[in-house]
Amino acid sequence: MTIGEPAVLVLEDGTRYAGRAWGAKGRSLGELVFNTGMTGYQETLTDPSYAGQIVVMTAPHIGNTGMNTDDEESRQIWVSGFVSRDAARMPSNYRSERSLDDELVAQDVVGITGIDTRALTLKLRETGVMRAGVFSGDDAAIAQKEQLALVSQGPEMAGRNLSAEVSVEKVRVVPAVGSSIGSLAVVDLGIKESTVHHLAARGFDVHIFPESVEWASIEQIEPVALFYSNGPGDPSASDRHVEILRTALEKGIPFFGICFGNQLLGRALGFDTYKLKYGHRGINQPVKDKTTGRVEITAQNHGFAVEAPRDAVVDSPAGFGKVEVSHVSLNDNVVEGLRALDIPAFSVQYHPEAAAGPHDSTYLFDRFRDLVVDRTPGSSAAGGDR
Amino acid sequence: MPRRDDIKTVLVIGSGPIVIGQAAEFDYSGTQACRVLREEGVRVVLVNSNPATIMTDPGFADATYIEPITPEVIEAIIAKEKPDAILPTLGGQTALNAAIQLHERGILEKYRVELIGASFEAIQRGEDRQQFKDLVLEAGADVAASFIATTVDEAVDYAKELGYPLVIRPSFTMGGLGSGFAYSEEELIRMVSDGLHQSPTHEVLLEESILGWKEYELELMRDNADNCVVVCSIENVDPVGVHTGDSITVAPALTLTDREYQRLRDIGIDIIRRVGVDTGGCNIQFAVDPSTGRVIVIEMNPRVSRSSALASKATGFPIAKIAAKLALGYRLDEIPNDITQVTPASFEPTLDYVVVKVPRFAFEKFPLADRTLTTTMKSVGEAMALGRNFSQALNKALRSLEQRGSSFHWNELTHTAEELLAVAKVPTDGRIVTLQQALRAGATIEQAHQAT
Repeated sequence: MTIGEPAVLVLEDGTRYAGRAWGAKGRSLGELVFNTGMTGYQETLTDPSYAGQIVVMTAPHIGNTGMNTDDEESRQIWVSGFVSRDAARMPSNYRSERSLDDELVAQDVVGITGIDTRALTLKLRETGVMRAGVFSGDDAAIAQKEQLALVSQGPEMAGRNLSAEVSVEKVRVVPAVGSSIGSLAVVDLGIKESTVHHLAARGFDVHIFPESVEWASIEQIEPVALFYSNGPGDPSASDRHVEILRTALEKGIPFFGICFGNQLLGRALGFDTYKLKYGHRGINQPVKDKTTGRVEITAQNHGFAVEAPRDAVVDSPAGFGKVEVSHVSLNDNVVEGLRALDIPAFSVQYHPEAAAGPHDSTYLFDRFRDLVVDRTPGSSAAGGDR
Repeated sequence: MPRRDDIKTVLVIGSGPIVIGQAAEFDYSGTQACRVLREEGVRVVLVNSNPATIMTDPGFADATYIEPITPEVIEAIIAKEKPDAILPTLGGQTALNAAIQLHERGILEKYRVELIGASFEAIQRGEDRQQFKDLVLEAGADVAASFIATTVDEAVDYAKELGYPLVIRPSFTMGGLGSGFAYSEEELIRMVSDGLHQSPTHEVLLEESILGWKEYELELMRDNADNCVVVCSIENVDPVGVHTGDSITVAPALTLTDREYQRLRDIGIDIIRRVGVDTGGCNIQFAVDPSTGRVIVIEMNPRVSRSSALASKATGFPIAKIAAKLALGYRLDEIPNDITQVTPASFEPTLDYVVVKVPRFAFEKFPLADRTLTTTMKSVGEAMALGRNFSQALNKALRSLEQRGSSFHWNELTHTAEELLAVAKVPTDGRIVTLQQALRAGATIEQAHQAT
């Protein structure tokens, strides 16, 4: 148990919050964001979209259910730092294999606990996200001025391409569960295991490509569809992925994108993206499906969003025909989904795989499967195993 | 969908006198409903026999009847006031039972009065053990395994499948006569023989024991467009075996991973759909085996409940008020969120604090009463506290009880850890303090867990 020694959280604007060391000791630098999920800290930690970020959990007790192998969303913890109000002293859950504190130490993640996370969150809501640093162990003794200088020298999230840091290094194939409806090309911009699981369960042979992939390699597997995952960083710094996507759209290959993938579809269709003040991060975000009028409670994790007209069907500025905003956030009317009407492509800004989060939106994976099956002539897999 | 314009007069049924198990919470929910209905321009007719209620104050209803909540009286009121609909889901079990009787006697049909909030069929599906069990199984969840035995030999065979301890309930006996736990075959044989003798149908129900399992509750809302939200999760500190009303409870649930919590959420939403609570709130209770994670659905109430009041105050989501609006035909995304005013009510509150509710007992007034806590509620009230962590909220709640000896204390120890643990083995009103004293006296957390 390493919880107890003094540590400090330093914000870009010079604000300091004293707390106690949690997890590994040393320093972590990154963009400070808050997450409002009351469950699912393990999924959050291992979600590649959080790469480069120091995550503040607004739920006060973190670590109660320990850590287990089943709930990992990728091969490692990606957050650069972790901030909580009250770190659990012992896990209480039958699936727990090890404590969160031990895991943070093992993966060298510098955290801090005993922080007034409510005050901190209110501040971030007012000022917007900013750079920050956690200093513990020997680094806690660094002069205050120097700590602030280190924080200010940290990289800005805007303009940052982080996909390369989180993506797989070589192609990984996950076979379809049941009968296959064909090969799906997935570009791993920071994909989560739950997403892969959902796609394979819908009958896709899932080929997960590193983000450095070229169109030629994708073409080789003769994909029945293309999928872009969620991921960290600024969508305006991913021109190459936008170009690959345009190539696929021109060929009429069905496309589904989530989160970062939504932003890239937005860009491919000719819309702009912008950075939100403090982003949407949590598992209770209400979204309205404009076609059905239904409300979904969704898991979200995005700091950037697509700018597109919400009120009417518009022409794609990049010449891909008619496009509509299919989903909007009921909290602030931010674009949460896009659908092309003349080509088989759609995307959502939230996380239908929802780990952590409610399972209201898994129907989107069915919609993707249907989109592909309906277009595959003579497909024998229509209505096949799922 | 905007609100229905075919509802001009609504009869609200209150919950009658305050009794153990049903107290002021239904005045709270009913009052909110009256206020909402009047704001919407609906004429409100109210029946409630309890004078110490806010809803019976002048100004909350257009016509208030302080009369017994019986089918005969309500029929007379219906005949005179000619309401278009009855809202029975905000007055506790009393109001729901009254609505069932009105339906069964054909009174609703006779006067063309509609039940809003929950239909008769939905109420039936929630209350009828067998129907509810089938529906839980269809939802892919589980219920406690059970068998009906008509002979001792049969019972012994079934018991091998269920394992010990198990619950024995003779059919059709009054007040739980002859029911109880059997911990061994010997006890089983004795109790089943007794039970078969006492049961007019010579049947006993053997049920798998879920004693000691973790107990959770979800508060859900659903609108007529099938949008569902979970307002709050609640975790009981006392395991299954102690009535929720007598248990220390915590919101939000603190010991579930996201995967486990989402499974409860999925089951909860599936059940509210299958039961058919079209517009309003419901409360579902779950038991989770702490060693395997197996989930059993204990019961659901197709109405606002004691926990709804707690959940409303704990989260700022006014369940009764929104249930009344949903009953009028509004959708969740058409109702503004009470706290933010700008975002809709179709959201799930997220807390950055912990809420603890502790029950208040009054055994000092009933010296002969058995203080052991069971599945029958014995507390007479409760206190709630909010804190930035569990320990803060728990201590505040215990201090709020205004009862000597109910808070943690550091007075001189008068008993050994062993003695205190022995006392803590039986759930009683002061168990949490007994445990604190046992820990002070040197008991380990494992011993405390074993004992309770």
